[in-house]
Amino acid sequence: MSNELGFTPNEMMTIAASRALKGDDVCFVGIGAPSAACNVARLTHAPDITLIYESGTIGTAPDVLPLSIGDGELCDTAVTTVSVPEMFRYWLQGGRISIGFLGAAQIDRFGNINTTVIGDYAHPKTRLPGGGGAPEIATSSKEIYITMAQSKRGMVEKIDFYTSFGHGDGGDHRKRLGIDTAGPTLLITDLAIWKPDPVTKEFTVVSLHPGGTREKVQETCGWTVKFAEEVATTPAPTELELKTLRDLQARTKAAHEGTAKGKAA
Amino acid sequence: MAKFLPLSQAVADNLKDGDAVAFEGFTHLIPTAAVHEAIRQDFKDLTLIRMTPDLVYDQMIGMGMVKKLIFSYAGNPGVGLLRRLRDAVENNWPRAIELEEHSHAAMANAYEAGAAGLPCAIFRGYRGAELAKVNPNIKSIECPFTGEKLAAVPAVRPDVTFIHAQKANKKGDVLIEGIIGIQKEAVLAAKRAVVTVEEVVDDFDDVHPNLTVLPHWTVTAISVVPGGAHPSYTHGYYIRDNASYLEWDKIAAERDQFLAWMQKNVMESKPEDFAGRVENLRDAK
Repeated sequence: MSNELGFTPNEMMTIAASRALKGDDVCFVGIGAPSAACNVARLTHAPDITLIYESGTIGTAPDVLPLSIGDGELCDTAVTTVSVPEMFRYWLQGGRISIGFLGAAQIDRFGNINTTVIGDYAHPKTRLPGGGGAPEIATSSKEIYITMAQSKRGMVEKIDFYTSFGHGDGGDHRKRLGIDTAGPTLLITDLAIWKPDPVTKEFTVVSLHPGGTREKVQETCGWTVKFAEEVATTPAPTELELKTLRDLQARTKAAHEGTAKGKAA
Repeated sequence: MAKFLPLSQAVADNLKDGDAVAFEGFTHLIPTAAVHEAIRQDFKDLTLIRMTPDLVYDQMIGMGMVKKLIFSYAGNPGVGLLRRLRDAVENNWPRAIELEEHSHAAMANAYEAGAAGLPCAIFRGYRGAELAKVNPNIKSIECPFTGEKLAAVPAVRPDVTFIHAQKANKKGDVLIEGIIGIQKEAVLAAKRAVVTVEEVVDDFDDVHPNLTVLPHWTVTAISVVPGGAHPSYTHGYYIRDNASYLEWDKIAAERDQFLAWMQKNVMESKPEDFAGRVENLRDAK
């Protein structure tokens, strides 16, 4: 699983994403990659972080990563569990979320996200699950972090459907729509850390992960990549970060595979 | 007044062809046994409502029972896409299906509006979201006090809602614990409500006074079906059968394989079979 660096690009992505979170953040956790990053943060430098899953669990501290956003483990370890309408009304719409952490099937350079369809909406080539909580997470959270592995299919010039609004066409597009939250402020991929240009809002590479190069970033991205004037190198994962992530993943694997199977769904 | 009925009768009495029906549950407490009974009774032209359509909705869609789906996230939780839904949307198999697609915030607000007896829900949502362009039921309204533009969607008012819950007492009051999702709102928004439960106890005298309890007069019928939420879980009774969710991805991949599985595990099966399916999942709760 590891390369000559001693860690995989995916591990670097998760750990770089975890570092962006702080102990006083209230983080609305999206399914998949964000969930691992948020829990690594909680288990390393941000033990006091509040993790919220849309199933209603507030301040959850799962020992293993949930397979879905509604696993019993999330409720068992939460400070409190509220109903779904309360979650979306009081906690998200009420402005209590500092970071909405999302994954994406398709993203463009302005952090607009598509999780609805590939192709035309009425006659899609691939029908994806849809927005779920994301359309309002994207506009009601104070800031949005996005994490995804790079690919030409995922990072595209034009997304097929605007499920969740990022910076729209760039610039002050959010403000023009009356959206007063910051929107996407950070994109962490398996190769780099990206931040929006202060004026155009186009995602710009500010740091390359160890082993990541400008060429690799461009080869796996569907738009012409902009790099910051000074591109940093992301510090490699520490021993503690790697061990925390790998232990978490091992516990998760054991827990999910160990589940005795019933006879029929 | 809640009537205690065998599941087959509770379903037959409360569901009709053409109904708008919600089988609600948010990963937890999915009313699988009720759905399987509805499949055996072969209802047609249903409008299905659910925030998170999952395996059981894939099954009803694949069996050709559904003309319209109102939803906000259609996926196999933790696994991926719903293959029978995809086949219906992408290839019209076994029939074309109409989609009315929302966000979670919209659906949650719409159920709450239904429970509250309001015609519509108003919330801060859909800003910049393209769903507002493809779904004519997403409109906007101006706040009469501040002038803020807010989203409006019609209230959800199902003809009938089915849920699964931990327990009922002898009077028919129903207790829901853990991730309570949208179930209370879905029951109160509906004209009729059917609840499957793990067990019936004498009374709720020893439960915490602030737990989620549906009084017996808000519920039409109760059926005792131990294990009735399998392969999802019932908090305090049995854990989630993750392997079944993974397996569904393969079963649902091919039409013939799907139909054969449905024949064996649903059509030739009965509500009492659910208890055995969770036997090995109880210890680890």
